[in-house]
Amino acid sequence: MDTFTLGNKTFKSRLLTGTGKFGDKSLIPKMLESSRSEIITVALRRVNINNPEENILNFIPKEITLLPNTSGARTAEEAVKLARIARAAGCGDFIKIEIINDMKYLMPDNEETIKATKILAAEDFIVLPYINPDVIAAKKLEDAGAAAVMPLGSPIGSHQGLQTRHLIEILIENSNVPIIVDAGIGKPSHAADAMEMGADAVLVNSAIACSEDPVLMGQAFCKAVEAGRECFIAGAKEKSKFAEASSPLTGFIFE
Amino acid sequence: MSFNNVLKHFDNFDFDKYLNSVSDSDILKSMQKSKLNHYDLLNLLSDKAIKYLESIAEKANKLTHQYFGRAIQLYAPIYIANYCQNVCLYCGFNARNKINRAKLNLEEIEKEAVNLKSTGIEHVLLLTGEDYKKSGFEYIRNAVQILKKHFHSVSIEIYPMEAEEYSELKNEGVDGLTIYQEVYDKEIYKKVHIAGKKQNYQYRLDTPERGAIAGIRTINIGALFGLGNVISEAFFTALHAKYLSDKYLNTEFSVSFPRINTKGTDFSIISNVEDKKFIQMIIVMRLFLPKIGITVSTRESSKLRDKIIHLGATKLSAGSSTAVGGYTHLNESEKQFDITDTRSVDEISKMLKSNNFQPIFKDWEQI
Repeated sequence: MDTFTLGNKTFKSRLLTGTGKFGDKSLIPKMLESSRSEIITVALRRVNINNPEENILNFIPKEITLLPNTSGARTAEEAVKLARIARAAGCGDFIKIEIINDMKYLMPDNEETIKATKILAAEDFIVLPYINPDVIAAKKLEDAGAAAVMPLGSPIGSHQGLQTRHLIEILIENSNVPIIVDAGIGKPSHAADAMEMGADAVLVNSAIACSEDPVLMGQAFCKAVEAGRECFIAGAKEKSKFAEASSPLTGFIFE
Repeated sequence: MSFNNVLKHFDNFDFDKYLNSVSDSDILKSMQKSKLNHYDLLNLLSDKAIKYLESIAEKANKLTHQYFGRAIQLYAPIYIANYCQNVCLYCGFNARNKINRAKLNLEEIEKEAVNLKSTGIEHVLLLTGEDYKKSGFEYIRNAVQILKKHFHSVSIEIYPMEAEEYSELKNEGVDGLTIYQEVYDKEIYKKVHIAGKKQNYQYRLDTPERGAIAGIRTINIGALFGLGNVISEAFFTALHAKYLSDKYLNTEFSVSFPRINTKGTDFSIISNVEDKKFIQMIIVMRLFLPKIGITVSTRESSKLRDKIIHLGATKLSAGSSTAVGGYTHLNESEKQFDITDTRSVDEISKMLKSNNFQPIFKDWEQI
């Protein structure tokens, strides 16, 4: 069976979803069902434990893995604090590091993200850093103990698809941890595209949450991610068959 | 460099002449663009563009959903003092006005906080009149310390300060600053601010920058509509927001378009702003700066606020009182202005949900 692993957990679904931007929070469990997503990210800054009616955590079924994120953090120090608060609040050990110090383009700060990853990985968090797709930064994150690397496809909320395609390809080729494409995925075809390229998973939030029918859109993304993944596996098998074939062109060297 | 340098470019700009020259095709071209320049901004703010309001609104609605989702943040003001050293002709709190003056002591502030918090509000905006002595720095600092215990986010709307002072307040837990220029037109500014430190136009104009330098996370600016010409004031508000967003990438800027309410004064409105013009300013702002926050307070009617959530607004006040001690009725003063949307926090929350919007009570974590 085709699964993928983050930290100590194995997942069947390669679609990660998010809780932000939903008009009606009661749609979240229905969307999780239709999309078959097993991991959902939630901004800690919006978790309102004092108010049970508004507390977003109460809308997430128990079997779903929570991926709290540090949205709002502008420095490594703030991200680390938010991660620790999330763990103390019972959100588990997973943490998506999101450090944005640029409100104009909403670009992540790779340098601060590496710093925060080092600290949090050492504290046994399962760290998923959100970055600008730079292979050097990705390697440093791997060394720092990141459980996966989450490069952006295009700026947050821009729905422009894989504008950073070539950079993400380099990450995929060189990474020893899963690559999860996050941000910029505006429609299912973008998600399929990322999976066909060999991304291990994708994270989709606003394209589902802001659609007219988030439940149906969740289902559409589920299919796209599965199709893209199957295409990748099928293609990869093609490749390996090719590699195993006899070598009519160069075989003579070894004769 | 100050925003004043940008303003100076327009010292001799003939707004009327330009606006009269705007054609339908100019407006249509500006509407198609994804990045608007300042001519596009003026084209869309022109009276001629009113007939394209529905198309502009559609685009504004789409952009708001794209960047903010179906979510509206809620906050409430908390007035702790109404002493003021300025004489602003349009304001009921002005120093020459014979009204009941009040200043809450720290215990009273705490009681106000507890009462306001019980409505579900998590983001609070602390207000005083502009009295550097009666509402001195230490008083503000003490008030912030109390509010921080009860709320997840504390913003301030007080007299302009130095960057070092903002920085100290930031360390106490202030994460937001609201500072309105009131009016960008320098002549009118002079005419309506006749005494007090507020007479210093440039110092006020540079206040948001001092806040940004101090590292305050969110800064809200605006003009008081009813003072200057509506189109040029909306234009300068938008340019000011752009100037700040371009210069301070790490600060989140938002804008308000408060319409004047002259309660307790005999001030006559210089330039009236009709509902359609008000809506036009908001939707054009969204097209000009798609990621900017837009705040609409209870100055506006419930009828209008129910619609504005579809047109670009991202933040609403709810269950507000504009009187000192207004949530406990302790040491209660007169109100700064009458609120129009008098619904409770719960009612606003229900209205948002019935429109398929998520009310966001908490959007920050004190760290």
